Amino acid sequence: MTNTITLAQGNGGEENNELISNVFYRAFENEILAKSEDAAVIESGKLAMSTDSFTVSPLFFNGGDIGKLAVCGTCNDLAMMGAKPKYLTCSVIMEEGFELNQLKSIVESMKSELAKNGAVVVSGDTKVVQKGSVDKIFINTTGIGEVLQEGISSNNISEDDLILVSRDIGAHGAAIFAAREGIELETELQSDCESLFSTVEALITNGIQITAMRDATRGGLAAVLNEWAKQSDVCIEVEEEKIPVNQYVQGICEMLGFEAIALANEGTFVLAVKEKDTQTALDVLRKFHPNAQIIAKVTQEKPKKVILHSSWGTKRFLETPTGELLPRIC
Amino acid sequence: MGLELKNLYNDFRDAKTIKAYAKLIAQDAKKLPRPINIMEVCGGHTHTIMKYGILQLLPPNIKFIHGPGCPVCVMPKERVDHAYALAMQKDVILVTLGDMIKVPGSNGSLQDARAKGADVRFVYSPMECLKISKENPTKRIIFFAIGFETTTPMTAALLEQVIKQDIHNILVHINHVTVPEPMRVLLSDDECNIDAFLGPSHVSVISGSKIYEEFPKKWGKPVVVSGFEPVDVMESISMVVKQFVESRCELEVQYKRAVTYDGNLNAQKLIAKYFEKAPHFRFRGLGDIPEGGLKLKKEYDKYNAEVIYDAILPKEEIDDHKLCKCGEILKGKATPPECSIFGTACKPNTPIGSCMVSSEGACAAYYKYGNLL
Ligand code: SF4
Ligand code: SF4
Repeated sequence: MTNTITLAQGNGGEENNELISNVFYRAFENEILAKSEDAAVIESGKLAMSTDSFTVSPLFFNGGDIGKLAVCGTCNDLAMMGAKPKYLTCSVIMEEGFELNQLKSIVESMKSELAKNGAVVVSGDTKVVQKGSVDKIFINTTGIGEVLQEGISSNNISEDDLILVSRDIGAHGAAIFAAREGIELETELQSDCESLFSTVEALITNGIQITAMRDATRGGLAAVLNEWAKQSDVCIEVEEEKIPVNQYVQGICEMLGFEAIALANEGTFVLAVKEKDTQTALDVLRKFHPNAQIIAKVTQEKPKKVILHSSWGTKRFLETPTGELLPRIC
Repeated sequence: MGLELKNLYNDFRDAKTIKAYAKLIAQDAKKLPRPINIMEVCGGHTHTIMKYGILQLLPPNIKFIHGPGCPVCVMPKERVDHAYALAMQKDVILVTLGDMIKVPGSNGSLQDARAKGADVRFVYSPMECLKISKENPTKRIIFFAIGFETTTPMTAALLEQVIKQDIHNILVHINHVTVPEPMRVLLSDDECNIDAFLGPSHVSVISGSKIYEEFPKKWGKPVVVSGFEPVDVMESISMVVKQFVESRCELEVQYKRAVTYDGNLNAQKLIAKYFEKAPHFRFRGLGDIPEGGLKLKKEYDKYNAEVIYDAILPKEEIDDHKLCKCGEILKGKATPPECSIFGTACKPNTPIGSCMVSSEGACAAYYKYGNLL
């Protein structure tokens, strides 16, 4: 690790993991934290709890804004543990000069996203700092949810499971890049930013036995699959052509030299489901998004590794993304 | 802008076509009198080859050697130090392209400079400097220009605008390099084991295929100018193999979709207006290459950061870490796993050499895709 913090250490990839385990996990060490799930399951499995801070540039993008993101992000982390989001806190740090109208519209979108989850904000905090101390506005949300299905954990994936993805990947990351200063592409592409609880609820009421779920945020699908392979000590073998990628996302990747599989999502999740349940799970998922797909199987081929198979018969490892995402030079 | 790129790439990743080429190459390769080593000059090709698993589709008598064609990989440390020194100047915004930010210099990378408070930005196009300059009238914008023939016209176009709009706070630091000169140097080496080249297509979109004419003619090495999709590369390999089987030695263009013999003459004119051959340009790992790079013409001195900041820019040449084998790798004499610190001390997030940094570097490609088989 370097002596000063670099942007790469916040990318959701390898450097980020290293920082978290060397600094925070070491200091805070306890059994619940060590599970490294999307949300902590507490109170003997009854409740789930999660926190997240949100910074995004631009603040308003195709398909959402930082407020929607702040509610979706935390509620989705709860949903990924099979929990129904119930109570949230909201704390905001703004720089002086921030426009009240913008703040209002951010809070409005928080409100409407809370409604979709059936959750409420029960406590909050506001700080204003000198101009330049933060980039416009940072929002932190913490949430508590009631666990509806127990035992969901990314440490339990086995060869009886198949891996599914809930929709096409990379839309959030690509939409943000397209909207960035200096690129400003006009595209129909929308961020996938969305609350996932209703989808999860449908899976549970249909009796699907879910082994693990995770929303593929920073680091994208590549990061989730690698974490799972490591946490459950299995090999995940992916059929590359099965991975759904929308053509606009693919177009942006081609232009900038990215891989969709490493781009962030805000409303796309990965599931490990018992083989017998996969068809039902797929049917449920497709009611919400027609391009949900079974993408991988679990084997013991190379434990802790993710293997990507091409349609022409070659294979390679899929690694956890590293470094800051930078567009290629030529 | 409608991003209907789908049709553009789908055909070029078609499984049937790729498999058909693999078969064809295997058949033709049986007729080869001896194994052949093809050098892909460009790091972009290295990545295609590794990412799509192309080596797994080739018979054992066709080998690939990775070449020096990545602007980040060949940047010597002292030039990275220039960028760092410029970035640390008061009231300077240092602007450059993507990966350059991660390359380690002797004091650290531009990323480190940024963590220390320097204003370092990466852009997608040099033209963004115009906007940055307008928004920061009291700052000095320095564009640290890198890249082969592909990116040079964009730097020239930036200068054209700076002059036309009479902008006073934009300077450039030129590190543009050219492809044929290092190829010549590699071939002059007694231990050279290159039998043929794949030339990068987008360099030739600008410069034309003509820049490779000397290689089959004077040096007896076939060149195929190739696109970057897996089907492109497979077709190019097949074209190279055919030349050997039929005892031909020619310059051929696989990427006919955009490459002509003469290239983009307007872009070439623009380049010639602002740049001239530097007598020498030091390539990392390869050493001094006569006329291997470009420099800004004298009459544009007032836009040249190297002239204006001469006093603070380090002058000595700095060699790479003793253990780093990048030099050998860039010359095609070693592969990344032969470096003793590959994947251990040297990883993408703790790079020792820039071949591990650049998204087009050979070490990065092996690290990312190459450890399966
Ligand atoms: S500049 Fe062009 S030739 Fe060089 S590495 Fe990049 S893609 Fe290849
Ligand atoms: S592995 Fe690192 S140190 Fe070794 S040659 Fe590659 S870049 Fe240089």
